[in-house]
Amino acid sequence: MTLAEIKDLLQCEVLVGENDWSSVEIETVVASDGMSEILAFAHPGALMITGLTNVQSVRTADIANVRAIIYIRGKRPAKAAIDVATKTGIPVLATGMGMFDVCGTLRDAGLKGGM
Amino acid sequence: MAEELMRETYEIHGRDFDKAGETATGIKQVLKGIGVDSGVIHRTVVIAFEAEMNVVMYADEGTITFVMTDEDIRLEIADKGPGIEDVEMALTEGFSTATDKMREMGFGFGMGLPNIRKNADEFNLVSEVGVGTTVSAAVRLDPDG
Repeated sequence: MTLAEIKDLLQCEVLVGENDWSSVEIETVVASDGMSEILAFAHPGALMITGLTNVQSVRTADIANVRAIIYIRGKRPAKAAIDVATKTGIPVLATGMGMFDVCGTLRDAGLKGGM
Repeated sequence: MAEELMRETYEIHGRDFDKAGETATGIKQVLKGIGVDSGVIHRTVVIAFEAEMNVVMYADEGTITFVMTDEDIRLEIADKGPGIEDVEMALTEGFSTATDKMREMGFGFGMGLPNIRKNADEFNLVSEVGVGTTVSAAVRLDPDG
């Protein structure tokens, strides 16, 4: 499914990036608040779901080559995180949903785990 | 004997969480710029990032030395810090001596050193309690080589 569809499905607010993601296909998802969990496997093109909002969350996303980040539970990333995401071109979204509901919703929609 | 093509040493400051990870992302940009295989880049920067975070979390100061040869990429991460009492345990997935503050940073879940070892074609760890730790890792440029 596309990042645009995911944005609507999870009722996300866009924090970094352009709004037209109708051609950005996402097939896998990696979800964790532990950055080493995300780094443990390669996730090129995956969507990263996390509640960790510091600058390392974006650096981890960059190192892991994820396609976009969604912050959960209505959390807002730190300004430094937004700055790094803007610089590296990683789209950043935020949803009010919690980790369990985000993962369940995306799995029901056909996405697969990335690890 | 492999020919050395590039060598850089970067300083890392303990407890400087805001800058933690900048060295690894910088190395990534360098490797992308010279067209290194994406899988090799991924393995190299995961090693660099995890090692950099370990220095920031546990040590007072350290360095990452990055050496690229015509055969491989070699990383040596040397720190002045508390050292590791039980290296075998530290290399076990899930084992951690991290504080709650480190875990709030998203690290310290006992995956760092195992991630480093898993991504390295060569790996060595030397540590002395009260002195510091040196991690050496190499990633071959030709994954089948």
